Amino acid sequence: MHKKMMFSFPDEVLEHVFSFIQSDKDRNSVSMVCKSWYEIERWCRRKVFVGNCYSVSPRMVIRRFPEFRSIELKGKPHFADFNLVPDGWGGYVFPWIAEMAGAFPWLEEIKLKRMVVTDESLELIAKSFKNFKVLVLSSCEGFSTDGLAAIAASCKNLKELDLRDCEVDDLSGHWLSHFPDTVSLVSLNISCLGSDEVSFSALERLVGRCTNLRTLRLNRAVPLDKIANILRRAPHLVEFGTGTYAADLRPDVYSDLAGAFSSCKELKSLSGFWDLVPAYLPAIYPACSKLTSLNLSYATIQSPDLIKLLSQCPNLQRLLVLDYIEDSGLEALASTCKDLQELRVFPSDPFGAEPNVSLTERGLVAVSSGCPKLQSVLYFCRRMSNEALVTIAKNCPNFTRFRLCIIEPRTADYLTLEPLDVGFGAIVQYCKDLQRLSLSGLLTDRVFEYIGTYAKKLEMLSVAFAGDSDLGLHHVLSGCESLRKLEIRDCPFGDKALLANAAKLDTMRSLWMSSCAVSFGACKLLGQKMPRLNVEVIDERGPPDSRPESCPVDKLYIYRTVAGPRFDMPPFVWTMEDDPSLQLS
Amino acid sequence: MEGSVAYDSDLNLKATELRLGLPGTHEEQQAVSNVRNNKRPCVENETAPPPKAQIVGWPPVRSYRKNNSQPVYIKVSMDGAPYLRKIDLKVYSGYPELLQAIENMFKFTIGEYSEREGYKGSDYAPTYEDKDGDWMLVGDVPWEMFTTSCKRLRIMKGSEARGLGCGV
Repeated sequence: MHKKMMFSFPDEVLEHVFSFIQSDKDRNSVSMVCKSWYEIERWCRRKVFVGNCYSVSPRMVIRRFPEFRSIELKGKPHFADFNLVPDGWGGYVFPWIAEMAGAFPWLEEIKLKRMVVTDESLELIAKSFKNFKVLVLSSCEGFSTDGLAAIAASCKNLKELDLRDCEVDDLSGHWLSHFPDTVSLVSLNISCLGSDEVSFSALERLVGRCTNLRTLRLNRAVPLDKIANILRRAPHLVEFGTGTYAADLRPDVYSDLAGAFSSCKELKSLSGFWDLVPAYLPAIYPACSKLTSLNLSYATIQSPDLIKLLSQCPNLQRLLVLDYIEDSGLEALASTCKDLQELRVFPSDPFGAEPNVSLTERGLVAVSSGCPKLQSVLYFCRRMSNEALVTIAKNCPNFTRFRLCIIEPRTADYLTLEPLDVGFGAIVQYCKDLQRLSLSGLLTDRVFEYIGTYAKKLEMLSVAFAGDSDLGLHHVLSGCESLRKLEIRDCPFGDKALLANAAKLDTMRSLWMSSCAVSFGACKLLGQKMPRLNVEVIDERGPPDSRPESCPVDKLYIYRTVAGPRFDMPPFVWTMEDDPSLQLS
Repeated sequence: MEGSVAYDSDLNLKATELRLGLPGTHEEQQAVSNVRNNKRPCVENETAPPPKAQIVGWPPVRSYRKNNSQPVYIKVSMDGAPYLRKIDLKVYSGYPELLQAIENMFKFTIGEYSEREGYKGSDYAPTYEDKDGDWMLVGDVPWEMFTTSCKRLRIMKGSEARGLGCGV
């Protein structure tokens, strides 16, 4: 018999130690140490994260983790955000709710991203989970205010209801009145709702009752003159999103509003500001010195007003803004907000042929130079140079996320007319911790060689209108050791690189390729050889086998899975079949 | 970057043109003469160059962001008033706010709206020209449809207004 190892603890001790390990990745690592750790860990995992709802079946999850209280699921691929995934592709949450409803009524949290959520699903949640506390729906669709009413009425212990960026069918504004008197929300985000979907009096009453409310994000329909009353009922708010921030200038409304903002002494984050009228902006000044997060990406506020505002926010860590800020505003930002970690600059006129604002690479260079803690960037602009990118890379070696969108596809370096390979190459070379990268502009296979060589921590890469040949794709698939998600559109990548790197796909969450050059034959081959991949061909032109095998498919979505092919596909999606006789090992 | 470039978008020649007449009257005269000629007013010169043919899903901006950005400016004229005004339709969430704003702008009152009888109780009727070039009574179609199809507003006065109001 073997000696008892000195470091073999009783299960309860290990369980206690594991309870300090929250991160999903770490939990997964713990469970792979040995069989007994796997067993102990699976019984005490309380939060389950499934990055692709089709990678595993609900039954498998419940079987392995019988005691979880919180589940997070993601559905559609990221490019669904830009209408590249046709309606009806999939991502239905109902089967998950149905399985969990039967298995355990003690579920407390459901967090979903890019999934189709029906009223039926919401009603089932409301009926099945007596201690339900947290519902976060991010970029979801398929439900109406009826479903929300069911949640409001039945979930007596609800703490968080967050509907960020969802598409909701508006049927009635009275769903808010269904919350019982005893509910005590901590967080409510209804910013995505339209004009008919909220009753103001119900909202005011609800806010007044929820004494622990810390996050409140209103929708555009809530007028400016209602804000003061709401804020006064929730003086401990930490995060607040206004509705429309426009009204005729009236001194009484203004002073009411300014007073309400000054009474909220804990405000750290502000958002909303649709249709912003600059005259009302100083009302938020009392809160500015404590602000760490500011979302002005719906506010058509021009650079001079922005500069005045930002000069009041020295502790800002996160800024979302439209390109009205211009280079001058970004230069001011760089000099006043030294704690800035995240910057997102969105285009005010994304489809305009000519620039409507003076925002260029200069603004981003200024921020990279002035803000030493900058880690995460999303930047839309109309011109860029290798020189600027190299400067930015050297200024910010700590970048974890760098997403640059030069609006016109295949735009060259405006100074030298060369491709931007060297510039992005510098980004991956200097930013050794880069986890996420989005490319744009004129790019050859060379940029992918740099990425494959240097981007060893890169987990997600987005590519559009770039590259010359399969060599580009090959560099990425063979070089990027940490790659989990790769999404590609309109690039001349075909069969060779994909088939040569088939095994790599088993180590990634997913690969999306649309308007590329991958043939139907290659898709079939990949499906046959790789049993643990679902190779989905998405083609609205009709069945791919009605065309020659060499014909490129329109869209291709490949993801690893232990659940086998799915059965909820619409008519324009085909999963390539496994062929056991062709499988490798 | 092809596509028709508006006459004065780059050089702003209009600003340096010599002309007779008070500042601000040029556009109104044009509008009046167009109505007399039964011609649709030429909108192209007054707006930015048309957007390029759009690639699906590019640039990668969420659809809820696209709706917000551009204001929808339309001209508002009132019979008898010397100057046109411009408003951004996006600022208003419905007909009551819009009509209130127009009343404030031109200092008058529009009557009470009813589907059957139009605007009663005043000499004025708010009308608009839609995408097809037809003149319609404000309030007849749902608000969303109105904001996407309205090209310009005209507050009609007198008998013309009363004529429009009497049912369809």
